[in-house]
Amino acid sequence: MSSEPTRKIRAVIVDDEELARQILREFLSSHPEIEIVTECANGFEAVKAVAEIKPDLVFLDIQMPKLDGFEVLELIGNETAVVFVTAHDNFAIRAFEVHAVDYLMKPVGAGRFEAALQRAKERLEGKAPSNAASAADLAAAARPPAQYLERIPVRDGARVFIIPVAKLDYVEAQDDYVALASDGKKHLKQQTIASLETALDPSRFLRVHRSYIVNLERVAKIEPYSKDSHVAVLTTGAQLPVSRAGYARLREFLDR
Amino acid sequence: MHPLLGQLRRLLLYLIAWIPLAALLAYLLSITHQLGIEEALALAIPLCLFYAFVCLSAWYPCRSTPIDRVELEKLLATHVGGALVASGLWVFAAWVLAWILASSIFAFRGLNERLYSELPVVFVTGVLLYLLSVFFYYVLIAVEASQKAEARVMQMSILAREAELRALKAQVNPHFLFNSLNSISALTSSDPSKAREMCILLGDFLRRTLGLGEKSAIPLEEEMSLIHAFLAVEKTRYGARLHMEENIAKDALAVDVPPLLLQPLVENAISHGIANLIDGGWIHLDIGCEGGSVSIVVENLFDPEAPARRRNGVGLANVRQRLQARYGNRATFDAKGEGDRFRVAITLPAAKPTEKEVAAR
Repeated sequence: MSSEPTRKIRAVIVDDEELARQILREFLSSHPEIEIVTECANGFEAVKAVAEIKPDLVFLDIQMPKLDGFEVLELIGNETAVVFVTAHDNFAIRAFEVHAVDYLMKPVGAGRFEAALQRAKERLEGKAPSNAASAADLAAAARPPAQYLERIPVRDGARVFIIPVAKLDYVEAQDDYVALASDGKKHLKQQTIASLETALDPSRFLRVHRSYIVNLERVAKIEPYSKDSHVAVLTTGAQLPVSRAGYARLREFLDR
Repeated sequence: MHPLLGQLRRLLLYLIAWIPLAALLAYLLSITHQLGIEEALALAIPLCLFYAFVCLSAWYPCRSTPIDRVELEKLLATHVGGALVASGLWVFAAWVLAWILASSIFAFRGLNERLYSELPVVFVTGVLLYLLSVFFYYVLIAVEASQKAEARVMQMSILAREAELRALKAQVNPHFLFNSLNSISALTSSDPSKAREMCILLGDFLRRTLGLGEKSAIPLEEEMSLIHAFLAVEKTRYGARLHMEENIAKDALAVDVPPLLLQPLVENAISHGIANLIDGGWIHLDIGCEGGSVSIVVENLFDPEAPARRRNGVGLANVRQRLQARYGNRATFDAKGEGDRFRVAITLPAAKPTEKEVAAR
């Protein structure tokens, strides 16, 4: 066995209730290998803290002011191991779909907490972050069925923006990212355009091109561009290419 | 129980319905000019009166051979047999009546002999009339069965609704319990006496809610003390984030309200309002009592951009349904968010409990 001092596991506790944070603190106090670097009382603080501190492990409540636990997870990416802590049992499946390490139910028992911690350590030692898909793609897949996105959280460094989908003009694919155009600004988010497309209400948003999804309320007119393609002019003045398949879908929608 | 014999009014209507039948019979008897019109009427009226009662008996075979559960052969045999017997009886009655009329009234002499050729007409009419009554009774039975089924469905839906309301009413939000227990668990090491206090508060609240599902109304004062027990527990969880202000008219306290009507509103204000605010917020509860009605307003701060919560609206919908089921149009319910304030306004009739209700408690 090597004798070099192992680095401490850096943990963040996120819960809007002081007493709920307190009990996790108490459970962790008997684990010198874990250092609580900070505590947060809401989703915004949590995203900011994770972006700045880059902890190894986050204990995350689900129902919180500003951003809920799933939105926080979506924004902090999957570099960090997340253990959800909540009084609700109905989020468990969703939690594992977004690759949470564990799902603790309040009131939290010491034995159950130790087991979750053990799992978290194994995940961290294995250093096998689920890179297969981005956190946002996982979150989109884990979205409850028949429920479309009402708002899209976006992170820029330690800052968080919430874009209500009604204010989203269009989405443009840019490699592994999507650019969300809203209020004259573009926000980048690590997500594929296909997974965002499935999360948006199809009666309000339409994929008009391999790289574009448009908010149908923003479409002012459609003009021919070349023999096979069209261009959609938005009320904001933006012009989006419309593919042949996209034009067919658009026509089908308008004819309905 | 016979549907017509049981009620005098129905029986009279039934007999009136036979008047045109008597006229029809008289017409049929006089059509070949063997009988004069007076003779035909003198025969037809008493005969129809008699046959009306004979046909009443058709109800019994109809009841014992339900049309949808007895095979066709048996059905036909029963009713055709019945018709032949009844009509035979009728023909015999016609012959006896004709003999009596012929021998007692001079103008009608020879009536019995002249009737002989008309007896087949009487017989066929008798068979048809009997079968008509059979048809009539089957229709009646079907109508009654469908009315009964309808009444039963109505009854079931009322029972189901009552049961549902009772269940909703008696239900303490389990997440409230789980979160409270988690807080108590945290306090046991850091502040044991606070933990004990919270156990007692939680016990107090639970005891008060138990059994409330059975009661149909409680004085507002009792509902308020339930809310205070609830708030005391929530205050431990939310600490300084939770401010509650009350403004309650004194004479409203004695008024009867459905139990657990206001508590869900306060719970709603906390879980959808205060819980989503980083620095917390206030809840105002205003209760007034004027002109025979109670007005209740619960207003709280909330974050209109907060992430959506699952149970959203269930508590409010429940309160609205209960008011509607109980008071109908005499109660109003209005819930809306404006800016960062959410406001629920209710008015309901101010009913003081009757002595019987007080005794039942």
